[in-house]
Amino acid sequence: MLPFGNGRSYGDSNLNPGGALLQGGHLDRFIAFDPATGVLCCEGGVLLSTILQLVVPQGWFLPVTPGTQFVTVGGAIANDVHGKNHHVAASFGNHVRQLELLRSDGSRRICSVSENADWFAATVGGLGLTGLITWAEIQLKRIANPYLDTESIRFHSLEEFFELSTASEKDYEYTVSWIDCAFTGKRLGRGLFNRGNHAPAVMDTSAVPPGLPGGVAVHSRKVPITPPVSLINMLSLKSFNTLYFNKQSADVVRSVQHYRPFFYPLDALLEWNRIYGPKGFYQYQCVVPPYRALPATRALLEAIAGGGMGSFLAVLKQFGTQPSLGMLSFPEPGTTLALDFPNQGPKLHALFAQLDRIVLDAGGRLYPAKDGRMGATIFKAGYPRWTEFTPYIDPRFSSGFWRRVMESS
Amino acid sequence: MRKILIVGATSAMAEACARAWAQRGDQLYLAARNALQLQSIADDLKARGAQKVGTKVFDANLLEQHAVLLADATRFMDGLDTVLIAHGTLSDQERAQQDVAYALGEIATNGTSVVSLMTLAGEQLAAQGRGAIAVISSVAGDRGRQSNYVYGSAKALVSAFASGLRQRLAKRGVHVITVKPGFVDTPMTAHLKKGALWAKPEQVARDITRAIDKGGNIVYTPGFWRLIMLIIKHIPEFVFVKIAL
Repeated sequence: MLPFGNGRSYGDSNLNPGGALLQGGHLDRFIAFDPATGVLCCEGGVLLSTILQLVVPQGWFLPVTPGTQFVTVGGAIANDVHGKNHHVAASFGNHVRQLELLRSDGSRRICSVSENADWFAATVGGLGLTGLITWAEIQLKRIANPYLDTESIRFHSLEEFFELSTASEKDYEYTVSWIDCAFTGKRLGRGLFNRGNHAPAVMDTSAVPPGLPGGVAVHSRKVPITPPVSLINMLSLKSFNTLYFNKQSADVVRSVQHYRPFFYPLDALLEWNRIYGPKGFYQYQCVVPPYRALPATRALLEAIAGGGMGSFLAVLKQFGTQPSLGMLSFPEPGTTLALDFPNQGPKLHALFAQLDRIVLDAGGRLYPAKDGRMGATIFKAGYPRWTEFTPYIDPRFSSGFWRRVMESS
Repeated sequence: MRKILIVGATSAMAEACARAWAQRGDQLYLAARNALQLQSIADDLKARGAQKVGTKVFDANLLEQHAVLLADATRFMDGLDTVLIAHGTLSDQERAQQDVAYALGEIATNGTSVVSLMTLAGEQLAAQGRGAIAVISSVAGDRGRQSNYVYGSAKALVSAFASGLRQRLAKRGVHVITVKPGFVDTPMTAHLKKGALWAKPEQVARDITRAIDKGGNIVYTPGFWRLIMLIIKHIPEFVFVKIAL
C-alpha cells in the first residue's frame, strides 16, 4: 500500500500499480492553531489551500509553498516541497516541528529533529514509503496582509539571469523565473525574472488591483474537455513565448499582487493538464550544483530547443544553501530547472536520455515528485543516501516509482 | 452568531455543516456516540474559529437522554436557536427482511428517535418564539423501494412528521427544514460503488446551511434529486411492482 494525498505529484511516486492506496485526504481535521505563535497542528490530509483560508485572515502564511495550494500537508512533507523562497527558507520539512508516523504494524512514532530524528529524516522527502503521516505540526510565518510587492524583470541571457538572481537573493524573499525554451541562438536563455516580498502593513492601497479584497472566494475556471491532440506544440509555443516575453512594455514592471495569482497562477485553471490532450505530458525537474550551473543549464536549454521540443512551462530558480532535512529531499544548493513536455513518445524519451546525461555529468539530480520515467542509475547517483533510507521503508509500503528506481540496471 | 446543537455530529454531512458554522464563529454543541471522534471534531472546529464547542457522548436510542441533552446544550451555550438532527444508520435491507427485531431497531434509530428529538426541540424553540430545526431525512423516504424500504420507511416517518411540525410551528416562529440528500459520499456509504449521481458532504452542507439562513422547507440536495424523485413518485404502481429500484 501507499499513502495518496490529493494526487498532485506528476508521475508515479504517488501510484502503486497492483497495490492499494490509502486515501489520506480523509484525514482533514485541524488539531490546534495558535494565532499568537503561528503554530499549526493538523492531520496529514489537510490541504494547503484550507490552511491558507484559515490563517491568512489572522496574519499568517505558509513558511514554504509549492506552485499549487491543492496539496496535502502529508504530501508536502513526503515530497519535502520547495517554493520561490528556497534561498531563504529551505524546504517544507525545515518548518515541521513534529509529525506522527503510523506504520502498517500499528505502531506510532512522534518524529522531529530531536525525537526519532532518523525516522524524521527518512520521512521528510520519503515519498510516503516510511508510513502514513497522520498529523504534523508546522510553524507558520507572519504576514501583514494577503498581498505581495512584486517585480517582473525581462532578461535576455542566462548570464543576466544569474546576475539578477544573485543580486536579488538578499532583498527579496521570493524569486523565480520563467524561461523561454523554444528558441536557440540569440534568443536562448531569455525570460522574465520575478521577485517579490510580502507587502508591509502600511502599503500604498492605490496599488492594490481592483476586485481583490481579502475574501476567501476562489474563482477558478476549468478546462471543460480534453482536446483530441495536445494544444501545446512548437508553433503555439513559439508564438506564445514571444508574446509572453514582450507582454510587458517596460523591462521592469512593479505591481502589487494578491498571494493567489502570485504563488498559484495555475490553480486558477482547474484541470489545466487537459490541454495536453489524452496522451498527457511529462514533467522534468533537475537541480545542478552551483559550480556547474551555468554551462549545464545552457546545455539543457540547447538540447531542448535543438530537439525541437520546447517546453511550455519552463521555470528556473537558484536554490539556497540551507540544507533540507530529508535523506531523499530533492533541493540542494544549485540551480533548478523545471519543464513540461507534451507526451510525444520515443522522441521525448530520447531527449530525456540526453538531458539525464547532462544532469549526471554535472552531478545533479531529478525530482521524484515530478517524475514518471527516471531510471535506477540517475536516481541512485543523485540520491546517494538511498541505501541509508531503505531500512526505514515500511515493509508493506511501495510505489510504482520506487519499484522502478530500485530495479537493477 | 448562532447557538447550534448537532445530534449525530460525527456524520460527514453534520461535520461539513459544523465547519461552515465554525468558520463564521458560531457556538456549537456536538452530540454523538464516539467520544474520540467527538473530541477530534471539536478540536478541529475550535481551530477553524468556532466561538465555543461543547461535546456530549449520546446515543439517540436512549430516549430518556433527549431532554437532558437539550438542557445541557442550552446551559453550555447559554441559549439554543438551531438544532441539526443528523444521526442515523444505513440499514442492511436484506437482514431487515428476515430479522424483525433488527428492522424495528433501525426504524427506532432512524425514525422514532428523531420524532422524540424534534418534539422536544420544537417545544423549546416555540416557547422562546424563534429558532430553526433542520432534520436529515432522505430521498429514500419519498417512496418505498424494494432495495431499501426499511430505511426508507423510517425516513418517510421523519419527512411526514417534519412536514406537520413545520406547519404547526411556522405560526410560532420556528422554522423546520426537511433535508433530503441523495447519494452522498460519506463513511456510511463507503462500501457502495460511486457514480455520477454521488455528491460530496460539502455540497450537501452548503445546501443545508443556506436553507437554515435563507429559508427553504424541503431541501433536495443536490437539487436534481427533486426531479428524479418526482418521476419515481409518479411511476404507476402497476409498473412499479414490475421494476427493480
